[in-house]
Amino acid sequence: MTETASITTAGASSTATSGPGSGEVTDAEFPVERGCPFSTPAEYEQIREHAPLAKVRLTTGREAWWIAGHELARAVLADRRFSSDRRRDNFPFVSTDPETRKQLQDQPISMLGMDGAEHAQARRALMGEFTVRRMAGLRPRIQQIVDQHIDEMLSSEQRSADLVEALSLPVPSLVICELLGVPYADHDFFQAHTGPLVRHNTPSQVRVRIQEELNTYLGGLIDRKVADPTDDLLSRQIAKQRAAGTFDRTSMVSMAFLLLIAGHETTANMISLGVVGLLQHPDQLAKIKEDPEKTPPAVEELLRYFSITDTVTARVATEDVQLGDTTINAGDGVVISGLAADHDPTVFTDPTRIDLERGARHHVAFGFGPHQCIGQTLARLELQIVFDTLFRRIPTLRLAAPLDDIPFKSDAIIYGAEELPVAW
Amino acid sequence: MRIEANTDVCIGAGQCVLTDPTVFDQHDDGIVMLVTKHPEGEAAQRARDAVQLCPSGALSLIEEPSEV
Repeated sequence: MTETASITTAGASSTATSGPGSGEVTDAEFPVERGCPFSTPAEYEQIREHAPLAKVRLTTGREAWWIAGHELARAVLADRRFSSDRRRDNFPFVSTDPETRKQLQDQPISMLGMDGAEHAQARRALMGEFTVRRMAGLRPRIQQIVDQHIDEMLSSEQRSADLVEALSLPVPSLVICELLGVPYADHDFFQAHTGPLVRHNTPSQVRVRIQEELNTYLGGLIDRKVADPTDDLLSRQIAKQRAAGTFDRTSMVSMAFLLLIAGHETTANMISLGVVGLLQHPDQLAKIKEDPEKTPPAVEELLRYFSITDTVTARVATEDVQLGDTTINAGDGVVISGLAADHDPTVFTDPTRIDLERGARHHVAFGFGPHQCIGQTLARLELQIVFDTLFRRIPTLRLAAPLDDIPFKSDAIIYGAEELPVAW
Repeated sequence: MRIEANTDVCIGAGQCVLTDPTVFDQHDDGIVMLVTKHPEGEAAQRARDAVQLCPSGALSLIEEPSEV
């Protein structure tokens, strides 16, 4: 389908440096569908074969730079001349639909879209909630949650389940709800609402409506916590801001929304894909079952291998930036593909192979630079506990469908599996 | 070898603490705290890894001539 795609690569063409609208790009429009979890899209490899960066056409009709190399990905993500502000023109993948753009402009941007001092201030207010020590303190409760869900799986007589519904989604969902102080009774509401928001193909109107419903819910929740504070992240943040005289309800809604989405969708998808990855490599899985010390490096490898957030890391250049032989012009959109970077063969030997003992933590599955995932320690902890406990308690766990029949989220902004039939 | 931590740019990702808690810790607000500025042996190698892993560029290594 795309084998004949023509690609303009940086440094290989004089037209590549002259800004959007010029130069040949691959015939494919990005984001391209991600099919099987055990292969990267062919277009990614085509670009890589030519150069660490190239210009590509987006489904929005715009163009953007595509960063494929690991070193360059880290450099761009750490470079403050590139903005994370999704409201800027040319921000990759953001809808050009006027209604969606207006909604984006109208609401306060979350930490994800802030730059410089504004971002630092917002992040610093939250950092203490996610320290390694505080997260380690959550271990017993996370273990309990995981055990309860596995108890339920084991109590079913049919010895089979959809792992997404039985474990992958409810565990991180419960953890983030408890951390934030969201009543777990409402978690179905969240799952139903956050799912469509992290799909590329969700129509703009649906996206706008869902966003409004979530904002209304979170606004109400925050009002209740203002009136009646409880021992949770949202109440602490509200108290801190009120004491400083900086409390702003709409900004708090944006923050709560970001943490809920990030806590829901990412870890859930990594649990499902991680289980698939482990079950497809039984010899390597056996080593983890024998020695839990091997689980943390295995988690790092699964994070690298699947790099589920892939193109979430995008930027807009705020000034002309020279990258090697190439000039990125001010205003150009840039996609830093985490999946491409984490499969860079010059950095990860034999990158298409899962090697659970690789022990490499310099992947960019959590991003890099000032925006690197604030919840990464929590994510690691949840994944380690889930994999250790699941395979210890259900050692005969197996996929209950051929790999080809498992519905993977090919159009998802955060890649994963819709369902994962397992049996034991 | 000496480690320096720039607390002004630290983003509290915790990568350093994860790499070696005998060298790196975090204050309650998430900002990096050095347990020692002069790690030795294997801890020194892990500290080098932590500098590479730090997403914000908050950590740096200073090679001290007396050690060379």
